[in-house]
Amino acid sequence: MQSHILSIILFTPLLGALILLFVPKENKAAIRWIANLFALGGFLISLPLVPMFWAQRFEPGFKFMEGAANNWIPSIGAGYVLGIDGISFLLIMLTTLLGWVSILSSWTAIEERVKEYYVWFLVLQTGMLGVFMALDFFLFFVFWEAMLVPMYLLIGIWGGPRKLYAAIKFFLYTLLGSVLMLLGILFLYFHHHTVTGVFTFNIPALYTTAPQIPFHSAIWLFLAFFIGFAIKVPMFPFHTWLPDAHVEAPTAGSVILAGVLLKMGTYGFVRFSLPFFPGVLMNSRVRWSMLMLSVIAIIYGALVSLMQKDMKKLVAYSSVSHLGFCTLGIFALTPLGLSGSVLQQFNHGISTGALFLIVGILYERRHTREIAEYGGISNVMPVYATVTMIMFLSSMGLPLLNGFVGEFTILQGTFIEKEMGGHSGLFWTAWAVPGVVLAAAYLLWLYQRVFFGTVTNPKNEKLHDLTPRELLTFVPLIIMAFWVGLYPKPFFQILEQPVNQLVQTIHDNAKPNAAVNAQVVPQPVPVAPAPAAATKPKGKRE
Amino acid sequence: MNGLSPTEYRLMLPMVELTIFALGILMIDLMVPREWKWINAVGAFVGVLFSAVCVAQIQWAFPRGGIGFFNSLLVDRFAIYFWYLFLAGAAIAILMSVRYLEVENEHHGEYYALMLLAVVGMMCMAAGVDIVLIFIGLELMAISTYVLVGFLRRDRRSNEAALKYLLLGAFSSGIFAYGLSLLYGLTGTTNLILIQRAVSRLDVHNPVLVIALLTTMVGLLFKIAAIPFHQWAPDAYEGAPTSITGFMSVAVKAAAWAMLLRILLFGLFPLRSIYTPMIVFVAIATMTGANFAALTQSNTKRLLAYSSIAHVGYMLLAFVAMGTSDPGSPGFTDGLKGILVYLLVYTFMNLGAFAVITALRQRNVIGDELDDMAGLYSRAPVAAVLMLLFLLSLAGIPPAAGFLGKYYIFLSLIESGHYVLAALAVLYALFGLYYYLKIANAMFMREPMVSERLPVSLGMRAALGVTALATIVIGVYPEPFIRTVNWSLGIAQSPHVAAMMK
Repeated sequence: MQSHILSIILFTPLLGALILLFVPKENKAAIRWIANLFALGGFLISLPLVPMFWAQRFEPGFKFMEGAANNWIPSIGAGYVLGIDGISFLLIMLTTLLGWVSILSSWTAIEERVKEYYVWFLVLQTGMLGVFMALDFFLFFVFWEAMLVPMYLLIGIWGGPRKLYAAIKFFLYTLLGSVLMLLGILFLYFHHHTVTGVFTFNIPALYTTAPQIPFHSAIWLFLAFFIGFAIKVPMFPFHTWLPDAHVEAPTAGSVILAGVLLKMGTYGFVRFSLPFFPGVLMNSRVRWSMLMLSVIAIIYGALVSLMQKDMKKLVAYSSVSHLGFCTLGIFALTPLGLSGSVLQQFNHGISTGALFLIVGILYERRHTREIAEYGGISNVMPVYATVTMIMFLSSMGLPLLNGFVGEFTILQGTFIEKEMGGHSGLFWTAWAVPGVVLAAAYLLWLYQRVFFGTVTNPKNEKLHDLTPRELLTFVPLIIMAFWVGLYPKPFFQILEQPVNQLVQTIHDNAKPNAAVNAQVVPQPVPVAPAPAAATKPKGKRE
Repeated sequence: MNGLSPTEYRLMLPMVELTIFALGILMIDLMVPREWKWINAVGAFVGVLFSAVCVAQIQWAFPRGGIGFFNSLLVDRFAIYFWYLFLAGAAIAILMSVRYLEVENEHHGEYYALMLLAVVGMMCMAAGVDIVLIFIGLELMAISTYVLVGFLRRDRRSNEAALKYLLLGAFSSGIFAYGLSLLYGLTGTTNLILIQRAVSRLDVHNPVLVIALLTTMVGLLFKIAAIPFHQWAPDAYEGAPTSITGFMSVAVKAAAWAMLLRILLFGLFPLRSIYTPMIVFVAIATMTGANFAALTQSNTKRLLAYSSIAHVGYMLLAFVAMGTSDPGSPGFTDGLKGILVYLLVYTFMNLGAFAVITALRQRNVIGDELDDMAGLYSRAPVAAVLMLLFLLSLAGIPPAAGFLGKYYIFLSLIESGHYVLAALAVLYALFGLYYYLKIANAMFMREPMVSERLPVSLGMRAALGVTALATIVIGVYPEPFIRTVNWSLGIAQSPHVAAMMK
């Protein structure tokens, strides 16, 4: 029996967008209410997924599968296939939550062309959910690219002074990555045909053939996929679009950009690069480069953050640093590192999403993001200052809050590995740890300059504190931050099965006789649930 | 030589009908007063519909295709596919033209008559297996379009464009005819099927044969506007009435492609080891030159002209994939499919884009500069959103239809092992996106120069509706269209061809 819950979650925002098209654009109140209704509805509809998923969290393979391999375009073997595992489940929940939060936060921020704004935003929401749900490469690619269009318009129409530049840069950069990825997809598709005689874009089917591609071709394919995902993450040399896009985007756009869009890159690594090219990943030089780029991103992003005069730019660069942790965890290729990485992706969505909201609230009141313009804000906006403190602490990884759990697990997962890319796990961990310290430095320094002391700028004396609506946008984020920080066990349990299976498959397929293994190990490998990954993080809380 | 059978008459009925309607329009035009000139458009539209019905009847009545007129007219599935394409392009262009010609104050019946005659020429090109018929079709189409390009008599740009197009076009036709005459001299026949049989027995390095191939290819490449034979295209596209620019960029181009495929994959197929390397060079030059030139254009018609040259470059890449893989292998069929699918989606998305530009032409505004696009969203929101759709489709962003064409082309390149060419092609896709986004930026993110709403006529709405619907439907549910293309593929598999090859 097929359940259609994924399709329902996927198309609820799009339905909202279609309904909005028929509302006259002068009626801004109605537009806002309908958009918020559908955003909240989209979140509420995704909630039943939680108990349903929880019940089968240890079962192997993809869950809630929908559609069949060939039901969309039989001529080319593309199907409307949806399905999730623990990794995509977390990211989907993050997307629906942040989608609602960011639409709620736009209530007063967007005054011009309100109808279009919400229409594009809801379309974007569907596109992002589709990326995390699709189990067919053709479908995946359609969502992956189609989602760029609304984001481009959100930045380009409602953005800041350099919006045109930022919007085009964002679009071109990400398109560069995705067209290269398209070539990689087509190669895998054709390779599957050469091996099996079947043309299909079905991802579980490609899992069985892709690892057999010989190293000299696989390395190029890996690079094509790598550039596509690394631009999205963004990893170190490909990150230059990010500060521009973030600074110019409207607040809600930044929240979604940081919270969800960047996760598509890391998700792509986990879902595609890892299982497709185990042989390449196990290559010492490749691994060295990946880990090196991650470590550079951690340190470099943090150092650049330290120097920023613009709050939003600071948060944007901090994303580069935090995502460096996520990629470090991924390329450590240990179950611990991987689950830490996915959890940290979730955490980063929560914390950085909140940070952008925080910046947006000050910006809406003062229309400037210069740090020097502020000072002593905690005197005039005490509730706001408290919320900010919580989210800053969560972002810098203070124990009891979510950031700590994720970063610690990643570092632990990196540390335990004896040899990675010619160096010990200790070496890589040692280079990553300063990122945590620097995060504390730039965030606390920012907090000190903006919130502490007396009010230095007379313009700031009359600022009003958070409105109930604004406070409401933070409530779910704060709850999640504490939940992950205090009791992360359920999250690790959700990730346990897919992560163990993934690492197992990589190690099986990376052996010299990989071809044989790949043949006999089809995608849904029933791996015995190893208790190690579940218990270690639990023990670590104490 | 016993006269013609009823079947043969039936095969040419679509062309006969178009000719009758064209002549009828010329006569009716004399009788109707100025304000009733739109009746000509109705006549032309009905003529296209009648012709389409006839094509459908042929499709039903001769599932294996038919051959006639002393083996010169081969109506196989390939021809029928292209016939539909020409008729669709012509119908949409007619819808776009009515109000435009009124605004230009050039509403004459000849316009529609010439358009229909051009379609007759295209049909001959797509269905001809005899180089004489192909050449006659080509000239009929070309001469009609020369006149149409210069149809705005009082506009200097239009006159200049027509003259350039005429001179260069006549010159290239001459070279083309020279090549065909050499072929005839070498093989002793004008029939492409017999030419193929004769050429396959010749030494491929026979100098006369190589000269014949080169001159023929110059003619073919000129007609599809590939670099370095493209110089006429930007000028002709910019100067021509916008509706004709749209018509030329899809129907005329499709006809040139049909002719190219017929000659190169049919008559001269044994020479593919010689012409494929040349096509590689031309494809790279075309993509490079056109994409770089398009980056700096400030006139939307000229920009789209260069973009359409760039699209030719993509299609040539698919041709390269075909030329380097064996017939029947995935690389070959997907390359051919790529060209056919590309022409199909290109017909709709490019005509749609030109329809929006045509709508911008008002009494006192020429409307073809990038600045005229500024703030289009606030003047005509629906037209602006549709334009965005067409532009994204041209850039190959899914789920718009243009992605399907790119998909097949990239796939055929991968299948035939041309990874470097594939990487080059995707890089140029970025260039494409950049200049299409320039138009999108102007429409959505700049303030309008004039604030009044843009009136969009009924015919234009129909044209926009059809093209937009096709662009979305082909993109989201391409299955039936892919099946149609698969159906039309039998380029050398027609039983009539097999019979003659013996």
